[in-house]
Amino acid sequence: MTTGIFIVFIVVLVFLFLAALPRINSWWSKRNLARTQELAEPPAESPLPEGKRVAVPLEELIDEEPQASEGVFGQEVEDSVSKTSFGSRLAKAKSAMSGYVTSIRNSEVNESIWEQLEEALILADVGMAATSSVLDRLKKTAKDQKITKGPDLLEALKVQMKSDLDVDRTLELNSESVPVWLFVGVNGVGKTTTIGKLGQSLTLQGHSVVMAAGDTFRAAAAEQLETWADRCGAHFVRGQERADPSSVIFDAVISAEKRNADVVLADTAGRLQNKVNLMEELAKVRRVADRNPGSVAEVLLVIDATTGQNGLTQAREFALAVDVTGVVLTKLDGSAKGGIVFAIEKEMGLPVKLVGLGEGIDDLVPFESEEFVETLFSS
Amino acid sequence: MFESLSDRFDGIFGRLKGKGRLSEGDVEDAMREIRLALLEADVNFTVVRDFVERVKNRCLGADIAQSLTPGQQVIKVVNEELKAILGGETLKITFAASPPTVVLMAGLQGSGKTTSSVKLARWFKSQGRNPLLVGADLQRPAAVEQLRTLSDRIDVPVYSDSTGPVAVVQRGLEEAKSLGRDVLIVDTAGRLAVDTELMDEIASISDAIEPDYTFLVIDAMTGQDAVNTAEIFHATLELDGIILTKLDGDARGGAALSVKEVVGRPIAFASTGENLEDFDQFHPERMAERILGMGDILTLIEKAEEVFEKEEAEVAAQRLLDGTFTLDDFVDQLRQVRKMGNLSGLMAMMPGIPKEVKNAEIDERDINRVEAIVLAMTPSERVEPALIDSSRRARIAKGSGTSTAQVSNLLNQFKEMRKMMKGMAGFGTKKATKNRKDKKSKKGKKGPGGGRVQAKRAVAAPKFDIEKLDLTLPGLNKNS
Repeated sequence: MTTGIFIVFIVVLVFLFLAALPRINSWWSKRNLARTQELAEPPAESPLPEGKRVAVPLEELIDEEPQASEGVFGQEVEDSVSKTSFGSRLAKAKSAMSGYVTSIRNSEVNESIWEQLEEALILADVGMAATSSVLDRLKKTAKDQKITKGPDLLEALKVQMKSDLDVDRTLELNSESVPVWLFVGVNGVGKTTTIGKLGQSLTLQGHSVVMAAGDTFRAAAAEQLETWADRCGAHFVRGQERADPSSVIFDAVISAEKRNADVVLADTAGRLQNKVNLMEELAKVRRVADRNPGSVAEVLLVIDATTGQNGLTQAREFALAVDVTGVVLTKLDGSAKGGIVFAIEKEMGLPVKLVGLGEGIDDLVPFESEEFVETLFSS
Repeated sequence: MFESLSDRFDGIFGRLKGKGRLSEGDVEDAMREIRLALLEADVNFTVVRDFVERVKNRCLGADIAQSLTPGQQVIKVVNEELKAILGGETLKITFAASPPTVVLMAGLQGSGKTTSSVKLARWFKSQGRNPLLVGADLQRPAAVEQLRTLSDRIDVPVYSDSTGPVAVVQRGLEEAKSLGRDVLIVDTAGRLAVDTELMDEIASISDAIEPDYTFLVIDAMTGQDAVNTAEIFHATLELDGIILTKLDGDARGGAALSVKEVVGRPIAFASTGENLEDFDQFHPERMAERILGMGDILTLIEKAEEVFEKEEAEVAAQRLLDGTFTLDDFVDQLRQVRKMGNLSGLMAMMPGIPKEVKNAEIDERDINRVEAIVLAMTPSERVEPALIDSSRRARIAKGSGTSTAQVSNLLNQFKEMRKMMKGMAGFGTKKATKNRKDKKSKKGKKGPGGGRVQAKRAVAAPKFDIEKLDLTLPGLNKNS
């Protein structure tokens, strides 16, 4: 009997699969095309003329740098928060690696120290591939510089990792049209909260902010964002529940133009990167937000510091779909080290721009690679 | 999820299977690859180390060296150890002697507590219970509102006020007693394990209501820190189980393997989609089999039995074997299948489906379109699609709001499908005959083996430009 049910079941399922084939095929080839493109071209600075973006096929957008603009925003964001906050706030998280670090400090350079370093990096979620490449280079350095003491090796590692992370992290604010900062990511990473906190720090700096409730899927997501908007006095735009997120964000752009606002912070619904339709929806959101008078200045991928190796897949897929310009690393005040962003920066060239350190309204700070590497190995 | 892990294991096992004799070096190589696969899947470092150690020791034991199929033996050992790590038994929920049975939900921010609370309430409801939800997340803006909106959909009441997390749950408990609700599910604010203040708070919530079950909600995408978090929560609250969320992503779910191993508590429930019904008890055995690439047929059958009208399905299956399956039957069965929940999720449970296909999401709107097209046909057209000429096609397209190309597409696919199904039916009959010799010697239409030959033809020469199909069908047949 079960066999009977099962056959029918398979029929329908296979049929459905066939129905979905054209979609899968087109998605697959698109993705492959983009992949080859990505491999062929190193991260290139090829700013496209404004307005052309809408017409550019998805794959061509990959790795495109954001427009150069007059206002380099990151600087101002940075000014508003004290530089010391990052490291000192992280200190309360007891390092899972303190044992390793102490032991490395106390030992000579030998086989076991390499194993310990490998373990430490893996425990920080840096991942196997990135860890191997980091340690291979360190081994070369150690040989060249004849490093024999544990502490020296650790220092050399920190220097190496810091130089790996030495990239431009400024946030772009194009002043000619209405700049849109789009926040994307999987479910529950903290997109809405990040926008709330960012809105606060931007308004404190005297910018006028419009928040767009582009998460029309999750229950009460708009209410959540509205609470934040009320707190910091940002203008808030929302649509009907289950409305098209593109239209909500476009409305926000129009309204920002009317009020002459400085930036639109656009929320989107959380989505897992393997959901093809949802990723397509997101690509559409980006296209529409980029339509005159709006222009997408930043697409920030929000990643939870507890994320493991899946973070790399997230970065890859979101970059393919919406041309991510930077990463926001949230919940770094927990015990997780967020090492995956190291792999993401190395492999994808996506800079971490902001870091979330708690639920307070001022707990969003610029990312600092020095501090990040130090806390990675704090004992 | 888990698929990529199982892909990796497939590769490793594939190399082992071919070997007539395993040297220590072969085992070392395999172990290194298994270690890498597990680490890349975010299985906790120490868990991996112990796992590999155990497997290696058993593999190097005398019995395997002397076995005729040492590769198979290694696979068996890995399989057994994996099952041991995932934790043998499914958690059995028992209900408190004096209701309500209290369930406390805890976890980090964004792990999915609120959604899981409602999904759990739905699950209890499907078990014939009357749950009450308590919104004790007073931290995140609009968290209680989210809880209310979601619970409205499943018609379960919510209690919440703004007096403070401990006071709210106490009143929620009284409320449950006075309303006669027999299950109380408490949604709490997300908190970091290192935040002592908030950990103290949840400890006092727990003290106030003495939960029968305390579940830690963990995101399947979590990395190495999952174990840390789980250990601290366990030390504070004494967990009874884990709820694993976002399993429909492509994370390899190593956190799932690790937490159980380190904390010693089972994964009780798993959430596999955004819809409220995409949530069920976690079956460790079956998951281990899924990791090892064997599909999750048991769950699939269970789900099928839940929704399918057995007699109808039997009739439909019969027609299928006879080649008289109509578009009407198709739509009927389609509706049944959709009742089983998220189609991509179902796909993931099928053995032998390549992961590209599994990861591709099926657009529900496409399926609606298919339904619309069929419904726009006349009854006679549904029985005999060959009737449909270009003018009928235009009419159908108009009636269903689609294009003629979409209509002919569907018809072609249906035709191909029917052909192929006859082939598959061959396999099905054969199997069925084997199982119930006397009962199913039916129809005599196909000679012995005839079905099989036909099947091969149909499978080997699909008109579709895709080899995936070839991969798919044998896998399906084996298990049908």
